[in-house]
Amino acid sequence: MSRGATLAVAAVPLGFFALFFAWPVASILWRGLNVDGQLDLSVFGDVVADPFMREIGWFTLWQAVVSTGLTIALGLPGAYVVSHFEFRGRRLFRALVTVPFVLPTVVVGTAFLVLFGPAGPLGWDLRQTIWAVLAAHVFFNVSVVIRTVGGAWGQLHPGPEEAARVLGANRLRAFWSVTLPRLVPSLAAASAIVFLFTFTSFGVVLILGGPGLSTLESETYFQTVRYLNLDVAAVLAMVQMLSVVLLLVVQRRLQQRYEGSQRVRSAGQRRRQLANARDRLLVGSVVGVTLILVVAPLLVLVWRSLRVGDGWGLAHYDALDESRRGTTSFVEPIDAVFNSLRFGFGATAIALTVGGLAAVAIARGHGRLARALDTSLMLPLGTSAATVGFGFLIALDSPPLDLRTSAWLVPIAHALVGVPFVIRIVVPALRSVDERLRSAAQVLGASPARVFREVDLPIVSRSLIVAGGFAFAVSLGEFGATSFIARPQYPTIPTAIFRFLGQPGASNLGQAMAMSVILMVLTAVVVLAIDRFRLGEFGEW
Amino acid sequence: MNRAFRTVVALVATATLAAACGSDGDDATPAEESDPVTVTLVSHDSFFVTEDLLLQFTEDTGITVELLPAGDAGEALNQSILSKGNPLGDVFFGVDNTFLSRAVNAEIFSAYESPLLAEIPDELELDPTYQLLPVDFGDVCLNYDVAAYGDATPPSDLADLTDAAYEGQLVVQNPATSSPGLAFLLATIEEFGEEGDYTWRDYWSDLRANDVAVQAGWSEAYYGDFTVGGGGDRPLVVSYASSPPAEVIFADPPIDEAPTAVVEASCFRQVEFVGVLDGTEHESAARQLVDFLLSVPLQEDIPLNMFVFPANENAAIPQEFIDHTVVPTNSKALDPADIEANRERWIEEWTEIVLR
Repeated sequence: MSRGATLAVAAVPLGFFALFFAWPVASILWRGLNVDGQLDLSVFGDVVADPFMREIGWFTLWQAVVSTGLTIALGLPGAYVVSHFEFRGRRLFRALVTVPFVLPTVVVGTAFLVLFGPAGPLGWDLRQTIWAVLAAHVFFNVSVVIRTVGGAWGQLHPGPEEAARVLGANRLRAFWSVTLPRLVPSLAAASAIVFLFTFTSFGVVLILGGPGLSTLESETYFQTVRYLNLDVAAVLAMVQMLSVVLLLVVQRRLQQRYEGSQRVRSAGQRRRQLANARDRLLVGSVVGVTLILVVAPLLVLVWRSLRVGDGWGLAHYDALDESRRGTTSFVEPIDAVFNSLRFGFGATAIALTVGGLAAVAIARGHGRLARALDTSLMLPLGTSAATVGFGFLIALDSPPLDLRTSAWLVPIAHALVGVPFVIRIVVPALRSVDERLRSAAQVLGASPARVFREVDLPIVSRSLIVAGGFAFAVSLGEFGATSFIARPQYPTIPTAIFRFLGQPGASNLGQAMAMSVILMVLTAVVVLAIDRFRLGEFGEW
Repeated sequence: MNRAFRTVVALVATATLAAACGSDGDDATPAEESDPVTVTLVSHDSFFVTEDLLLQFTEDTGITVELLPAGDAGEALNQSILSKGNPLGDVFFGVDNTFLSRAVNAEIFSAYESPLLAEIPDELELDPTYQLLPVDFGDVCLNYDVAAYGDATPPSDLADLTDAAYEGQLVVQNPATSSPGLAFLLATIEEFGEEGDYTWRDYWSDLRANDVAVQAGWSEAYYGDFTVGGGGDRPLVVSYASSPPAEVIFADPPIDEAPTAVVEASCFRQVEFVGVLDGTEHESAARQLVDFLLSVPLQEDIPLNMFVFPANENAAIPQEFIDHTVVPTNSKALDPADIEANRERWIEEWTEIVLR
């Protein structure tokens, strides 16, 4: 694709990024770092020299590294099993492990507090320890490894490994010398995403780590929202953003070095039926352990929602419909679901448009612009939600863009988080289109636009659906970014849960649990629906 | 496969259109009457009121009220400060006494001496410039589990908490992240002071030695560690004077006696204020809304919705509140200017003493 065409296609995503991310963030950073109109970076020195801040930075880094390592270690067996065996419930298993990824931290935090608390099934009190934080991180992110690495692994042509075995290498050696290097691109991609999420983890650290543990993101939140120390907050936000950019650059380098030309097969061909007892044992144990890790907290929520007084029942679900009707606090559950769905559709439409165009520019475009676009659009994932939220407040405050109190800000914020997923899913699909098909179409006289419409689009259509589904699921569970936006009276499901959790009383807690279960079921349905469409299974996700 | 794809795309497109149309339909006022004024009330996330009252207000005055929750008290106020001169709304509710100085110093409110101030006790009128008028008050107090103590004596004041008898029984919240946590810290600062033989720092060292638990927020403490709330193992928690009646009101199945009670000597007074934002285009309508918030009908609606007490002396208090809790007569309080000047330092020192 020519430079001009790349630029034309990238115009919409770039515009979206500039208007709704770059400008607000720059505004709030400027507000923090300027003194009488002059940029004053002296506060950088103060913050970097402060031992408290250094400790926070160090803690953020090492807990992210350890979380990523643990997630990879615990996710690899699952990836192997899912890509190499055909067994009943394979799809359901993959969908179930994805549900946590899109759940809001307020829900997960509560589930883990119960699980790890003195009254929980384990009996040990692990709350406010680093172990609870690490466990929650694995819970959230193991699906990234299973889907990304599992997907790539399933597509690897078995030829090189078979050749190695024929030449005398044993299983382990073949894996180490042949398979692992070929998995590096997908491992790098998965690690980058998991690291990104654990590096910027806020809710989990706040709720489960307790007051003693603080990350860059949570400190940015305090400095911005509580103390209004915008200068310190600006420094922290910039350090976080720079780290994320560095991470992405390193990941891309790794990926390029190892990508080479992979012979690819569509997945499914590497899978085989369970042949003997050893297979069954392997699959059973891996699936079992992973499910326990992932499903246990979810079951805790269900259990808590059904506990009424000293017995069991559906009273909390019934109560959702009636409690405190007539007050403005009343969130009719059907309204919350409806609002969540509406925001979800809006966010998905925006994310697919912006992300789809960006994916075309990145996959087909040339050189620096494409790479810069890719990194830029990932930045919102690595920027503190408080920064972005307050940035909206001071940037988008005059007509025609006085969106500060508009309901549209919510889907826009969700889309900022959803676009990276769309890109990650659609770009590999675009790259997988056989160049010969496109050349053939061109030889037969089709214009570039027609080639795109009639060759590329049908092939990537499934990936678009998957991407859209993911953006939708992410929007359903999004709470962090939206909680910083002054939102009109359109409460979503996470908002409703948060309201119930803010008041004493057994029925409030029960209703919070009931709403959480509703959210979980909705998410599971969406994820299962996405998987129905993934027949081709190309790509990283 | 083609057909499935097309169907899905069509469905998504229709849904998006429906969403776009739907959102316009929902928030357009039904009929454009002559001169409808809409006043926006910016507040924190915990402002709740009975809808009928708002509708009655609209009927009486022709003013429609739009609610805009904007985060917790500190967040909402900081957002208003950041948007000075170009306010998010017309009226702001939710400044509390710990943020009063910050709000007044930011000069984002315009003064209004409402006639209804005559019905409000002087001690609640903490702002002599009438930029911020008191709407409700509550107390952050220690709550204890009545059944857990049984025949044993629960603590009767703050100093008792350092006794070995109460070791490992208390859970508090981090003042950096929690409003009741901050209020409790301020109560201890007021009680033990900053200078002398035994300061609040010594007190907190002793509490730490006595195995106090710290959670990030109210719900983690109440529903996580507190025995009554969530099956935890600590029978003492920092909560509100209105928590016992709330336990009765939201009990499932219903109960007669409150399972918790309040330690009166530990209470710290919190007052919430309302003010007209400077730069609003509807000054007189905003003032009418402020008057409405201070009037008896709305004041009587407050307790069961927000679990605080009305500022207006003439407002009646619900029976559950009278039966199951007390309005402390001697709550602690600190000068708002002091709080504003020292809050960050106090929280930092507290973190150093208790968490590191």
